[in-house]
Amino acid sequence: MYKLGIDVGGTNTDAVLIDENLQVAASVKQHTTEDVYGGILAAVRAVLKESGVNPSEIRQAMLGTTQCTNAIVQRKGLAPIGILRIGAPAALGIPPMVDWAEDLKTVAVDTAMVGGGFEYDGKELAPFDEEAARDFFLGLKEKNVQSVAISCVFSTVRSDHELRAAALCREVMGDGVHVSVSSEIGSMGLMERENATILNAALYHVAESFTEGFARSLRDEGITNADVYLSQNDGTLMTMEYARRYPILTIACGPTNSIRGACYLSSLKNAVVVDVGGTTTDLGVIQNGFPRESGVAVTIGGVRTNFRMPDVISIGLGGGSIVRELGDGRVTVGPDSVGYQITEKALVFGGDVCTATDIAVRLGLARLGDPSKVSHLSEEFARKALAAATELVEDSLDAMKVSSEDVDLILVGGGSIILPETLSGAKTVVKPESGGVANAIGSVISKVSGNYEKLVDYLATPREQALEEAKAEAARLAVEAGAVEESVEIIDVEDVPLQYYPGNTNRVKVKAAGDLR
Amino acid sequence: MRKLGISEIEDIALGAALLGAGGGGDPYVGKLVAIGAVKECGPVTLLDPEEIPDDALVVPIAMMGAPTVLSEKAIGGTEYKTLYDTVSTFYGKPIHAFMPIEAGGVNSMLPIAAAARLGLPLVDCDGMGRAFPELQMVTFTIGGGSATPMALVDEKGNSCIFRTITNKWTEELARAVTMACGGSVSVSLFSMEGAFMKQYGVKGIVTRSQRLGSAIRRVKEASDCTPEEEFLRITEGIRLFKGKICDVLREVRVGFNFGKVVLDGIGDYKGKSAYVEFQNENLTACVEGTLLATTPDLICLVDTETFLPVPTDALKYGKRVMVVGLPCYPLWRTPEGLALVGPRYFGIDTDYIPLEERCKGGNQ
Repeated sequence: MYKLGIDVGGTNTDAVLIDENLQVAASVKQHTTEDVYGGILAAVRAVLKESGVNPSEIRQAMLGTTQCTNAIVQRKGLAPIGILRIGAPAALGIPPMVDWAEDLKTVAVDTAMVGGGFEYDGKELAPFDEEAARDFFLGLKEKNVQSVAISCVFSTVRSDHELRAAALCREVMGDGVHVSVSSEIGSMGLMERENATILNAALYHVAESFTEGFARSLRDEGITNADVYLSQNDGTLMTMEYARRYPILTIACGPTNSIRGACYLSSLKNAVVVDVGGTTTDLGVIQNGFPRESGVAVTIGGVRTNFRMPDVISIGLGGGSIVRELGDGRVTVGPDSVGYQITEKALVFGGDVCTATDIAVRLGLARLGDPSKVSHLSEEFARKALAAATELVEDSLDAMKVSSEDVDLILVGGGSIILPETLSGAKTVVKPESGGVANAIGSVISKVSGNYEKLVDYLATPREQALEEAKAEAARLAVEAGAVEESVEIIDVEDVPLQYYPGNTNRVKVKAAGDLR
Repeated sequence: MRKLGISEIEDIALGAALLGAGGGGDPYVGKLVAIGAVKECGPVTLLDPEEIPDDALVVPIAMMGAPTVLSEKAIGGTEYKTLYDTVSTFYGKPIHAFMPIEAGGVNSMLPIAAAARLGLPLVDCDGMGRAFPELQMVTFTIGGGSATPMALVDEKGNSCIFRTITNKWTEELARAVTMACGGSVSVSLFSMEGAFMKQYGVKGIVTRSQRLGSAIRRVKEASDCTPEEEFLRITEGIRLFKGKICDVLREVRVGFNFGKVVLDGIGDYKGKSAYVEFQNENLTACVEGTLLATTPDLICLVDTETFLPVPTDALKYGKRVMVVGLPCYPLWRTPEGLALVGPRYFGIDTDYIPLEERCKGGNQ
């Protein structure tokens, strides 16, 4: 049996086939097409041809996509939605989307703020105004709205009001309505969490089209025996059904997949991953096999959100970065790049633009194209260019570290030839084979997860016991979602005390993940 | 007199982050509260202190409590009306105008929302010219002003007003009420007459914030100098150091964030080392063992690329920052001012010497 991994990037769509021993059978790169579907189809076709694998032998197919980010940034294909916020009289001073761009605000057909919500300690701030919520949903139904975003003050501490509103929404608007609930999407900070929830609700059309497009491209190529998954931005997979409910969780899965792929290829569990593409280089951190999450608010298409994202720095350096000599003798690399036109424009390919790739060929770091076409470049110039590129990466590497101690570094991506084998700040530099398609490999080896959350009184159930039970429960859910039982690991444990509850009540949250069967 | 609309608020918020001198809380939620109020009720009239009659009642507005609670509950919108009613009933006269008490950080924004919602003017004046960690650390204390009668209201409609015998009692009572009300409340304190405000207030601070914010936003547009030179020119700041954060030490004690950030020099400062100590706000900046600035002068860390202020809670290994000193309001440099906010008050055993003198003759 084989696994098929696809990663749709801004420039390239990569496809990789991996056998049951996780050996790469074939990997290809195709240009990403405007409609995305065409690029996926071409990549699937090419990887099947190169490997000679029978499509029916493919049992699992995973897709990582930038579709959601693009939809938000380009304001394309977003669905009309309703927005309900529970929490009055708190937060009335800031209506939803108060600082959003006007063109993006139009996604909201109607907005309401109703009574309810909680204090920081779990005490009820106000009773949930069910009547007002019902009226709002009835109004949305009349306007034929299909998707609703629900947020609530301190729903990260207690989600009861949000969940009651969600049930009420389905009761009033029918089971077909898409409901996005903030406590399942974001963390502390009402405005950022609500923003992420609104974006999630507005993405449901986009999610439907890419899940269907992916399924269709697989069917068209005769891959009919495969379970189909989408990559999330925490390095785990979700089913098509889950992706339709939480499309926003696909955002930034590209860098996550690269980081995880690099981790797999190098067998390192703690390292900094440097993924050099054609135009940009992404740096991320792998901690215990999973990408480190960003601790700050993330802005998508001008909207400030706070849902989990990998902590990634992007710099304008890649294989196609343009190299220039300034008047004072200094040499710069990037941030502009010839991008996918590298095969026409770079000197080694007969073009007339000096790129970072040309420098690598001149200095013998890589063998590509026609080396005689760069022999006229002076060694001093080439060394300066290499030093400039190296410094860019070393500075960012330093910014990703948590202490001054040297770290292990994994170098992947098609453009990684432009960097030297040693970098200051790095203990070791590992350049794995197949590093060029680390992202697609990352999507294939992604894990499946189970999340468990419960309020527990530690006086009735001691903390140790409660955490053990929650861990077992999360592991069971991961297995239920398709994980191999022996491979399941607990990847996140959190307990938050709720002071105003009887006894010593805590909200316990556990996440487990394991390899896909 | 002039109007404050949404673009002015954006710039004031950015300037307020710089005047926070590392603390004061992220103005982001405050900014949304101000924008929400202005969108609903229209722009705010900003008055010069000289436009306020001597006997008019002027009331500073702020929030108390945990910033994380503010980020969930924000402001309900009716708090300022309740504050108005509570305070004007207490004094038996109408409130003429609101003003900020702390121009640095989140408290720069809330008086704008209050002024918009009540249709009252805002005075271009505060009591710090920056941010400070304790309630009595305002210029009005030098003039014998009192924080109480202090009014506190929550978004649910609860309100109280109290008088106390010492600042310590004020802190204690206010803290208890804040916790009981769910962790964040809107407050008015140091209510005063126009004449007193004109004598002791930090005048023109809202306008200064706005100018700073606009300058940071447009720093890269300068054509005749580098962005850094432009930044220093407009902020009237003195560059103390440029470096990479190589260590951050933090400790939470009695409700304050204490700490120290250590920097390795970059650029002109390569090979040199510096540190900045903070208690919520930055207190001292020391380069190569020499103190270059202390409280009450403002010590600000800004990103070397964007020039955006970096608050103490965002200090992180590897980040590249420029340390800038801004002279504090002159009243802080008097013996009375230094007794309140000078280095010795914060347990730093050194005399206060103005930033400009410490840095005389260059500091490279």
